[in-house]
Amino acid sequence: MTTSRRIAVVSAGLRQPSSTRLLADRLADTAGRQFAARDVDVDLRVVELREHAHDLTNHLLSGFPSASLEQAIGAVTTADGLIAVSPIFTASYSGLFKTFFDVVEADALDGMPVLLGATGGTERHSLALEHAMRPLFTYLHAIVVPTAVYAATSDWGAENAGDGDGGDGAVPTGLTRRIERGVREFTELVSDREPRQAADPFAVPTPFEQLLAEN
Amino acid sequence: MQFGIFTVGDVTTDPTTGRTPTENERIKATVAIARKAEEVGLDVFATGEHHNPPFIASAPTTTLAYIGAQTERLILSTATTLITTTDPVLIAENYAKLQHLTDGRVDLMMGRGNTGPVYPWFGKDIRDGIALAVENYALLHRLWREDVVDWQGRFRTPLQGFTSTPRPLDGVPPFVWHGSIRSPEIAEQAAYYGDGFFHNNIFWPMSHTKQMVGLYRRRFEHYGHGPADTAIVGLGGQVFMRPSSQDAIREFRPYFDVAPVYGHGPSLEEFMDQTPLTVGSPQQVIDRYAAMRDDVGHYQRQLFLMDHAGLPLDIVLEQIEILGTEVVPVLRREMAVGRPEHIPDAPTHASLVAAAGGARDATVHAEDDVTGRAAENVEAAR
Repeated sequence: MTTSRRIAVVSAGLRQPSSTRLLADRLADTAGRQFAARDVDVDLRVVELREHAHDLTNHLLSGFPSASLEQAIGAVTTADGLIAVSPIFTASYSGLFKTFFDVVEADALDGMPVLLGATGGTERHSLALEHAMRPLFTYLHAIVVPTAVYAATSDWGAENAGDGDGGDGAVPTGLTRRIERGVREFTELVSDREPRQAADPFAVPTPFEQLLAEN
Repeated sequence: MQFGIFTVGDVTTDPTTGRTPTENERIKATVAIARKAEEVGLDVFATGEHHNPPFIASAPTTTLAYIGAQTERLILSTATTLITTTDPVLIAENYAKLQHLTDGRVDLMMGRGNTGPVYPWFGKDIRDGIALAVENYALLHRLWREDVVDWQGRFRTPLQGFTSTPRPLDGVPPFVWHGSIRSPEIAEQAAYYGDGFFHNNIFWPMSHTKQMVGLYRRRFEHYGHGPADTAIVGLGGQVFMRPSSQDAIREFRPYFDVAPVYGHGPSLEEFMDQTPLTVGSPQQVIDRYAAMRDDVGHYQRQLFLMDHAGLPLDIVLEQIEILGTEVVPVLRREMAVGRPEHIPDAPTHASLVAAAGGARDATVHAEDDVTGRAAENVEAAR
């Protein structure tokens, strides 16, 4: 039986074109193939944070999101799984990336499978994924898969680059192997779980007798 | 339909002159603003409550009593009374006293307050915000309705045989609104008691206001207070007006651009699009606010924030004049169009007394004022 899952992709690259977006797209494409192999339809929503940079600052200052930012936040909070990719700046995820997750409700990612990716100029920054990005999502009670995917600039020109699916005869590089592995962990986790039900406190409020009794 | 003014009581520098009013000037200005509101035919004046600079809005009942002595018709209200960090016993006493002094021209709006340090300053924890609002209001509600209260809760020392004095004027407690921007629990609370719900939407898009008011209306009906469209709803707003909208925008923009809360953020145009802020001609204000009921239904109270962003007093008074003479009379007519008969007005002291079957003296007499014989014994002896 075919089932379906909503997958949000958040990309925090600043340039256009962006290697962060390139990695996000590779992760999303690979996820699409793996979900298809599992007979799972994917509703993919990509949030390019660059487009929301001004609105994010305004949200911090005014306390509410613009309509388009609200839509972007909703795309993430109502997803069954999240692929989150940031460039590494100054030993951590970018400020734009953090700002976005600062304005998402603190409990909105509770129990959500997350695949992390990051890009940087050299391989030396790769552990920022483990030291900075993973704890952020652990704090949000998301379930972060063990393999996080880092792409340094040199990874994009590595020899024998290919899809790693064997079809083109190319030997998979480190990057494509990591993408395959991280995405496999992610798709397994998302497929095995029931679609998330977003709680709507306006549809079903806590009855007042219960609020009184909780005191 | 009631129209009025609400003030935060902030001391803010006028960015066009660099001048900052003194606390004394701002306190006196608050009184002048309230008097002006009555003079131009507005119905309500509400003051905020803050316990930190740059605000002069502490001790709200002192301000309201002083204004009450200098006005005759104006309903004196709050926006908001901090139900979380203020002892409900003091709220019961202070506002019942204010009721007596002003012949019932009092109602209140409960709020939780969003200044983090105020909670620990008053011995509370902001993480208990909702629980404090629920428990404290439950006690306040009893103190105004039961002559002798035995009570125990989580947040306050217990009360045994306590009588809050003075008793409410004519045996009728002040009407209460509950204000909340984003907590469904507070809309639920207002609905449970059949109290009013005020959505202070001045910094929020209508889509959100609609959601909160919709929840309150549904739950008001659920708790048996009447059909959803008879629930008592209030909205906030903020405006700046000149005969031509270009002049209004030119004059207000320097204030908007550096204003506390939203300054340095969205542009004036974006903010006007996303919130009820309307900078333009009186007709634009009329059109914008007459349309609010399309989103929230027929409602009972519209309050305007006029003394914001460091505007000097003379301009604020002039703005209130325009509001009272050019805008509100038209809005009153517009809001009455198509308003079904069964939609109630906001409760007033007079309407609450009538609903209670008439005024009664609620005085609790102690037989021996010197030894202070307990009121419960007096009750028992009756």
